[in-house]
Amino acid sequence: MNLTVNGNPQEFGGDPNMPLLWYVRDVLGLTGSKFACGTGLCGSCTVHVGGEAVRACITPVSAAEGMEVTTIEGLDAEGNHPVQRAWRAHNVPQCGYCQSGQIMQAAALLSQNPDPSDQEILDGMSGNICRCGTYQRIFAAVKTAAKEV
Amino acid sequence: MTMLTNLSRRTVLKGIAGTTGFVLGARLGSDQLLGLPANAAEGKLEANLFVAVDGDGSVTITCARSEMGQGVRTSLPMIIADEMEADWARCSVVQADAEQKWNDFGQELDTDGSRSVRRDINHLRAAGAGARKMLEMAAAEMWGVPADECVAQNHRVSHAPSGRSADFGELVATAAGLEAPDPATVQVKDRSDWKYIANESAFTPDAYVDLVDMTTGKGVFGADTMLDGMKTAVIARSPVYRGKVESYDDSAAMAITGVRGTIELPMPDLPIAFKQLGGVAVIADNTWAALEGRKALSVQWSESDNSALDSPSYNDALRKAAAEPGTTIRERGSYELARDKASAKEFTREYFVPYFIHMPMEPPAAVANYQDGKVEIWAASQHPMAVRDTIAEVLGIEKENVLVHITLLGGGFGRKSKADYAVEAAYLSREVGAPVRLVWTREDEIQNGYYHAASAQSVSAVIDAGRVSGWRHGVAFPSILGLWVPEQKIGFNIEHGLGLIDMPYNSIENIRIENGDANLHTRIGWYRSVNNIQHAFAINSFANELAHEIGRDPVEFQLELIGEPAIIDLTKEKVEDYWNYGDPIEDYPIDTGRLAGVLRKARDVSGYGKPLPKGHGLGLAVHRSFLSYIAQAVRVQVADDGNYSITRVDTVLDCGLGANPERIRAQCEGAAVYGNTIARQGIISYAQGAVEQSNFHDYPVSRIDDAPLNVHLHRIENDHIPSGVGEPMVPPFAPALANAIFDATGKRIRNLPIRPEDITAA
Repeated sequence: MNLTVNGNPQEFGGDPNMPLLWYVRDVLGLTGSKFACGTGLCGSCTVHVGGEAVRACITPVSAAEGMEVTTIEGLDAEGNHPVQRAWRAHNVPQCGYCQSGQIMQAAALLSQNPDPSDQEILDGMSGNICRCGTYQRIFAAVKTAAKEV
Repeated sequence: MTMLTNLSRRTVLKGIAGTTGFVLGARLGSDQLLGLPANAAEGKLEANLFVAVDGDGSVTITCARSEMGQGVRTSLPMIIADEMEADWARCSVVQADAEQKWNDFGQELDTDGSRSVRRDINHLRAAGAGARKMLEMAAAEMWGVPADECVAQNHRVSHAPSGRSADFGELVATAAGLEAPDPATVQVKDRSDWKYIANESAFTPDAYVDLVDMTTGKGVFGADTMLDGMKTAVIARSPVYRGKVESYDDSAAMAITGVRGTIELPMPDLPIAFKQLGGVAVIADNTWAALEGRKALSVQWSESDNSALDSPSYNDALRKAAAEPGTTIRERGSYELARDKASAKEFTREYFVPYFIHMPMEPPAAVANYQDGKVEIWAASQHPMAVRDTIAEVLGIEKENVLVHITLLGGGFGRKSKADYAVEAAYLSREVGAPVRLVWTREDEIQNGYYHAASAQSVSAVIDAGRVSGWRHGVAFPSILGLWVPEQKIGFNIEHGLGLIDMPYNSIENIRIENGDANLHTRIGWYRSVNNIQHAFAINSFANELAHEIGRDPVEFQLELIGEPAIIDLTKEKVEDYWNYGDPIEDYPIDTGRLAGVLRKARDVSGYGKPLPKGHGLGLAVHRSFLSYIAQAVRVQVADDGNYSITRVDTVLDCGLGANPERIRAQCEGAAVYGNTIARQGIISYAQGAVEQSNFHDYPVSRIDDAPLNVHLHRIENDHIPSGVGEPMVPPFAPALANAIFDATGKRIRNLPIRPEDITAA
């Protein structure tokens, strides 16, 4: 099967049921997407498929056949997507582990709704867990990024 | 060999605490700390264990503590850079491996106990100042001028009388050939000259060494190291602690594409300490195949005594042990005499806090490569030396043959102080004959972890003539010491010192604190702020209850219990081995004045006493832990159905000198969220010895839509030496919330977690 990952065409002949997370991490070596629950409950593995945020840990690679997959490594060539810039401006990360997923979730949220209300930010980001507790800054950073996208 | 650590800590700390710069009082130089001329030929100055300067002037600083979200890879090296007069923009940071030289020098690598800054700041300052001195001496030699006329500033050394100056890089070749400076001539800066240390404006986003990596997916965590020929392993472990593999069938697992084999890991003898649990590993080409293989595995586990662990009956036993007489661990006066007076009335309440599990976003992970009797390992570990030593012990090899690299940690919270997962990776790499990446799933982390101890507490007060004349606090919980002493029935001095025997209500004349017996059926481990959680919860909740019982304002009453400013001397109250977080009581006394100070400030900044709308409440709590003093004020809004939200948190922190005020703020915000999970969500329970929870659906943690998002830090400014930050802002949250819910609803909650149905229950 064929798919595109961060703009690069890829061919995969392995188990089509393999979750996209393990495909990008173990097969392609793109380790920015993180494993934390394996059941779609925490959002650490969030990537974009066809521009939509999906939980890569429960999305079989077959679901991305013929699609464009974007991981944190491909969100912006220079790492300067407005969400990434806002994340740095607010110094959001503590341990950093969940932040790839948080950023990918926020980027998808803002691409669909460039001017979210406070409640829409809470709803849009509530699937992504951060155990360091950076939510106050995530909330602020999404608002900052919303002004730029 | 004289080392910095031979300095009396007291002397050094006094120096730091003073307002003038201190001259190092002992020989700073040793072969290890200063001057490693072997590299002179390469045009590089290795000034000491922490600092190297290249010929182009770039400075490399080694960070010897693990990064798990506290910002330590920025905060600690910036202490050195400041003292060195290095330009932070020209510094880079490397992570220390678990090498013997750190032990020899006395530098802890173990990142735990909220102690990195307070334990390291003095020798990091000295390391920076020593490197600066070498560059000044090099300039003096090059220019033929007196060394004391050469002054380093902003990455250059200048000689004012002649107008000459040179970049650090130009001085490296000369400096590398110098003898170590006379320590008497090495002076750290005056506090007023600090540019980075304790200066919030220095900690801009650009200053953070990992921030770009963390926002672009480039950070390397425990499972991110990629080695040629690497296999991935997951392990099936017994659902009940100490269940052994009786037999297993891997035929279905082996049929899965990508599965290469299975390996039985032996169950080690007790004590378990940080050794592996044992089980059956599935080895595969990738993580997915390993997980599928494990699913297809069929393992028969032996019976274990620990299947007796059934939460309802176990918790009842804890409650009984806490209420009944136990081992007395602190005694002042006579509680019984106070209680037995005719005018006295006894008031008793019981509190319960369940087992918790850490839930760092990154489950334990490591990559190991065993070759020719040696192990190289990349681990997300808080405790690099424990990784080295435990691997050496289990594999039967010399410590020198274990090389431990530390990756970024995707959260730690105490879980990653234990080396078991690194041992598993190393063991499997040896058996497989290839590099092995060991993956723990969330289910593994929840069901085979090291648990925060469940605890029951019974607290009584004697009320006599409107005053509290007696205080009895009984506790029962399984002890962490059981990791090393399996038959342990009560806690040990470290656990007792976590806000229990150091109970600060100094105005009470008669105090007895007792620890009842508890059986051990699982691995108990430390968890961010440890037993302070339950002790702060019971003590602050009980004080609030008492105040209402006798019709007093809770905060004024608590201040009265704390009493006049004083230093509590526990040695006079039958406490022989008060731990004080491993630091001298002379340097860090139990100071009720500082405790009362943060409580007063929390009262003042939170608007305490002002009328609130219906359904709103404000609760306060105060606690000393990790040598810091914290009061929290939590505002809550409770709906009729018991659902509640935190509308504001004010945290007052007295931690003395704060090296990085910006990350202290971040820790404050994070601790409120961590406290929120403790107070209202997480609970581990057991049925027939097995943990009943498995993932975020049944062990919920705070999400952005229920977390406190309006958290404010108020620092007490003073000249005290640094104390803990990472943990101590966690414990007051739960009692402050419980007190706030009482304020809002009149409903008293004595058990965690606090669920909506607990509030609406009759």
